[in-house]
Amino acid sequence: MTTADRLTEPAPAPRTARSAKRGAGPAVHRRPRTVRSGRRRRRAVALLYLLPALLPYTLFAVLPLLHTAYLSLFDWDGVTLPSFVGVDNYRRIGTDPQLRAAAWHAGALILFFSVLPICVGLVSAAIVSRRAGRRGTALVRTVLFLPQVIPLVAVGILWRWVYGEDGTLNQALRAVGLGGLTDAWLGSFTWALPAVGLIGTWVVSGLCMVLFLSGTQRIDQEIYEAARMDGAGPVREFTAITVPLLRPELAIALSITVIAALSSFDLIYITTGGGPGNSTVVPGILIYRLAFGGGAVGVASALAIVLTVVISLAVLVINRLSREAP
Amino acid sequence: MTSTTSTTSTTSPASPASTTGAVTGRLAAPVVLALFMAAVLVPFASLLLASLQPAGAPLTGFALPDGLHFENFSRAWSAAGFGTLLRSSVVIALCVVPAAVVCATLAGYALATLEVPGRGRLYAYLLLGLSIPTESTVIPLYYDMRALGLTNTVPGLALAEIGAFMPFGVFWMRAHFATMPRSLIEAARLDGASSWATLWRILLPSSRPAVTTLGVLYFVWSWNQFLLPLILIQDPARRTAPAGLGFFTGQYGVDVPLLAAATLIVIAPVVLVYLFFQRHFISGVLSGALKG
Repeated sequence: MTTADRLTEPAPAPRTARSAKRGAGPAVHRRPRTVRSGRRRRRAVALLYLLPALLPYTLFAVLPLLHTAYLSLFDWDGVTLPSFVGVDNYRRIGTDPQLRAAAWHAGALILFFSVLPICVGLVSAAIVSRRAGRRGTALVRTVLFLPQVIPLVAVGILWRWVYGEDGTLNQALRAVGLGGLTDAWLGSFTWALPAVGLIGTWVVSGLCMVLFLSGTQRIDQEIYEAARMDGAGPVREFTAITVPLLRPELAIALSITVIAALSSFDLIYITTGGGPGNSTVVPGILIYRLAFGGGAVGVASALAIVLTVVISLAVLVINRLSREAP
Repeated sequence: MTSTTSTTSTTSPASPASTTGAVTGRLAAPVVLALFMAAVLVPFASLLLASLQPAGAPLTGFALPDGLHFENFSRAWSAAGFGTLLRSSVVIALCVVPAAVVCATLAGYALATLEVPGRGRLYAYLLLGLSIPTESTVIPLYYDMRALGLTNTVPGLALAEIGAFMPFGVFWMRAHFATMPRSLIEAARLDGASSWATLWRILLPSSRPAVTTLGVLYFVWSWNQFLLPLILIQDPARRTAPAGLGFFTGQYGVDVPLLAAATLIVIAPVVLVYLFFQRHFISGVLSGALKG
């Protein structure tokens, strides 16, 4: 609507210009007219450049999202006629124990996907950045980014094998004489969620470390030297200089990992499928189950909309916090 | 180890107390790095060893196989159908990556240098897509594409991926074109170059790093995408490699050597692309790119 308004807005101007200069020869008033229509044409052409991006984005991302919002107001099994139920599906999200469990687990995953890797990344980056030589840094980066590159399905299979009853973890425990601690980790009501969460920690810790390491290289070494003159130890240096000055990197790490935690699906689908019982269900798994097996498309859609709103709010808050002056 | 003493003397003041601190500091960095690398590599090594075990043998986590049983790989490739799955993944990536890169480049160029009506609002509208999770588009995508006969087809999945990848691509290319000198664009315009010629002849030749990074990221995302092919392609024989792997896990989860070999086959192409273009991939991810 607004684009159309702006496109047509300059149109009346040439007419008044022409009527004011009636007596002049045609060559004189031809010029402003072509300039104006040229500008109009340029703006239209600029929109044409945007069209190939706007079209698939609108048709296959935005409209489906709006369609999900529409479906969330209906009770629909995917086959028979849907019936309008208003906000009932949203009310169910607040009361249904399974849906509430999914929300809790998503929160717990933030601990494993965001908080833990960021802490590990910050501390290790602070330690590594004090290293004088830079030899081998490229190799380290290559290896630490590997978990970022391979599909999460493959990550899940990798760790199913590590966590298996005869897997690498239990074998290591037996080898150091802690055989009594072995467990079928992914099948345990107590351990499945932390076990899955730690896979997420494994995936993003290296990324966080490299991100913070590249951030520390930006920090002026003189600040550290000045702090050392004032008698600051490594811990003070870390809390008073490194962490505050890494604010932009912290914002990137937080938004990447929080989105990954809240919208996790692949990893859990492969490792536990949400089980045992409901001990690892997350919103993504429930949306999949309800919409494509449970015949509850409306509730699944409502859950998807809530998830989108929560993710958008989280991203917004993180960006706000990162822009505030330290 | 011998170099430790010589470097500590340069990095720290000479008092004895701080020298011991510096020595532990010198050692802490390599130890931390080694721990990180081991944590990443041990699970991979464990899977690699498992893939070389004889089929059906009882397995424990980290054990050397008796001989190298490469037949797991040939079984995964042909009998388990991963050769076909890999081909569909390649087809999807070949459709998605060039198309998405071109669309994102055109839009990023327009938003950064041309006079776009409603520029701010259009850009904000595109950026909104950065926080749309796949879960909240996949339900209607399935029902609408089924109604249009696009489920189980390459165009259906490719279009869904292109739509999902647009926001980051436009963001990335706009940021790139915004850093190019205005004088270059204005000089081209004064010489009478059209906006089209300015983009292709003046700006793109020096934009290769940015375009390559976007292409590599798109390839990795397209290859790794799981939920979209799982839902939009219901025919197991036509799925992409990761989706096929997910299906396979449910069916043959007990045959660990076969599953391990299949996993390695599925990750090989993406790891190769990564090793070849790692600088591009890392710079893209460090600027905040994560999808799928």
